Amino acid sequence: MTSAASDPNDLLPPAEPVHLLDPDGTYHPDAAHPLDLDDAQLRELYRLMVVTRKVDREAINLQRQGQLGVYASCMGQEAAQIGSAYALAADDWIFPSYRELGAALVREVDAAGFLHLYRGTWLSDHDPYAHNFGLMSIPIGTQALHATGFAMGATFDDNPIVTMTYFGDGGTSEGDPHEAMTFAGVFRAPVVFFVQNNQYAISVPLDRQTAAPSLAHKAIGYGIPGFRVDGNDVLATYAVTRRAVERARQGHGPAFIEAMTYRMEAHTTSDDPTRYRTQEELDEAAKTDPIARMRNYLTGRDLYDQDLEDAIEEQAKATAAEVRAGIYDAEHGDPLELFEHVYDDPTGHFEPHQAQLRAELAGAADGEDL
Amino acid sequence: MAVTLAQAINAALADEMEADPKVLMFGEDVGRLGGVFRVTDGLQDRFGDKRCFDTPLAESGIIGTAIGLAMYGWRPVAEMQFDGFTYPAFEQIVSHLAKMPNRSRGTVKLPVTIRIPYGGGIGAVEHHSESPETYWAHTAGLKVMTPGTPEDGYSMMRAAIRLDDPVVFLEPKRRYWMKSDVELPVTTEPTHQAVVRREGTDVTLFGYGPMVRTCLEAADAAADEGWSLEVVDLRSLSPLDTAAMVASVKRTGRAIVVHEAAMTLGIGAEVAARVQEGAFYHLEAPVLRATGFDTPYPPAKLEEYWLPDVDRILDAVERSLSF
Repeated sequence: MTSAASDPNDLLPPAEPVHLLDPDGTYHPDAAHPLDLDDAQLRELYRLMVVTRKVDREAINLQRQGQLGVYASCMGQEAAQIGSAYALAADDWIFPSYRELGAALVREVDAAGFLHLYRGTWLSDHDPYAHNFGLMSIPIGTQALHATGFAMGATFDDNPIVTMTYFGDGGTSEGDPHEAMTFAGVFRAPVVFFVQNNQYAISVPLDRQTAAPSLAHKAIGYGIPGFRVDGNDVLATYAVTRRAVERARQGHGPAFIEAMTYRMEAHTTSDDPTRYRTQEELDEAAKTDPIARMRNYLTGRDLYDQDLEDAIEEQAKATAAEVRAGIYDAEHGDPLELFEHVYDDPTGHFEPHQAQLRAELAGAADGEDL
Repeated sequence: MAVTLAQAINAALADEMEADPKVLMFGEDVGRLGGVFRVTDGLQDRFGDKRCFDTPLAESGIIGTAIGLAMYGWRPVAEMQFDGFTYPAFEQIVSHLAKMPNRSRGTVKLPVTIRIPYGGGIGAVEHHSESPETYWAHTAGLKVMTPGTPEDGYSMMRAAIRLDDPVVFLEPKRRYWMKSDVELPVTTEPTHQAVVRREGTDVTLFGYGPMVRTCLEAADAAADEGWSLEVVDLRSLSPLDTAAMVASVKRTGRAIVVHEAAMTLGIGAEVAARVQEGAFYHLEAPVLRATGFDTPYPPAKLEEYWLPDVDRILDAVERSLSF
């Protein structure tokens, strides 16, 4: 008995990540990755990146003002997230980690709701089925299995959707993404494993996560092709993801994409990155900024002018203001809701606990100390 | 007709797969082989390899994909081949399966049933005889149940699959071959209720899973000594049926909890706490425990010294009565 492997050379990632846009906006056509985006879509990718960065900054500000307990910024990773999420069809599903604000905005998840987890008013605030966008998953890499199971479920149902899951370079060291790739390979599940290699897992750099030639090389061990892309190039990210998604949709199985990017902010607002990386390194990374690059490209194509910039800036400010209004001093719900959703059938589980909290709340209403 | 526990569970799986085309059965060796204990025997032949299938040997993968399948709308029944091999799936069970419905305010339902053959007494090698029920019962969001009879094996399994909550279904593997004379299908009491298996007046024995029969044997032996023991089969370990436990102790005034799992922080500790809180003035003696010891599960040749048996139970009965 042998496995169903194809020629291993077909699965190997390219020597260099796919790259279509230089930092100055110069576009390099690539026959393997044709662009099927019209002018409006090109502007939309840019708009989504600008809005994401503005909301991301607002979230950091809200944390600084004590309105969020913590926040994990995606600054610098806008192209990786938006280029990839934009490549999916509306019926396709996304299974995120906790840093995917950009992908959430592509899916029109309410941005203030997205941040409720970080405020601690509840653990999640969006309906996954309304956006085909799973719950934020904080334990690293665990969501890769949910994406794989969902994709398996779709094939059992002859439903031609694709799932995509995000995790990071650190996540590739955890067990679950590897079990997910094993299952996805064996069941030919239409799932795209999208790794944002932002170079750090909190403080630990990539060379402490792996001795592999690249993260994308890991995929070959599961019979899955590994792709690499310049993750700060939104057009390349879109094109590579599009190819992987359509390949999966046509029944050719899962794919793994390593997007090379850089986390410009701290791991979270609780982190102090000056302890593990230098200003010089940051300055160097800033030169590859995904938003400036796309702006340069649009300018060169005469698709960008001050009016567009003003309009997008206006929208971004409005969205950030909505986020602020939705989060600032937002109250939690009725404490008794703690018991409401733990079980579909709560028979026998909570009677004395609910009574206790009810009494404590009644006491508080009467002015007793809790 | 004589039905074993394994046959009863097998029949329940088949009947539920027949009744609901969304039910899937998967795990290691559950397809072609029919499970190492043959509990899934014949299911793949009958329902096809899309409904009953073998997975890679990866327990976290089995539970994690079960979550994704359930999110899609399937009703997964996942087998963990042995108790001691559930631990790779611990994170998926505790951090996601148990918590995701609550996290989503009930938007995401996860009707996943995890079947786990558990407990000792079959002379197995290390990691094949463990009783990890406390881990699951301590985790909010899971229901934990364990049948002590073939009738319950059938009825509780069907009920577990139909629940929209995640269920850890613990199958007492040393009782797989235990027989009942019963016609299937059979419907027993609701899964969250404890059941009095034998009425008595002097001491209540609380047991579950593999210890139900041991408790009944102890009650038979005690009768020879002139002691009348009541045997309560807990059936559900989360939630625990506090009312039934308290009611029994109010009748007998004495209680002993019996389980294979180690004593410290076992289910017995919780039963004792609830009984003393609910029946304090009825207690004639402290609630005692007849359990496995606070050591790792022993090698096969030593398990008879470790497992609670009729003698250990009767010793506890004597201590309770002499208090």
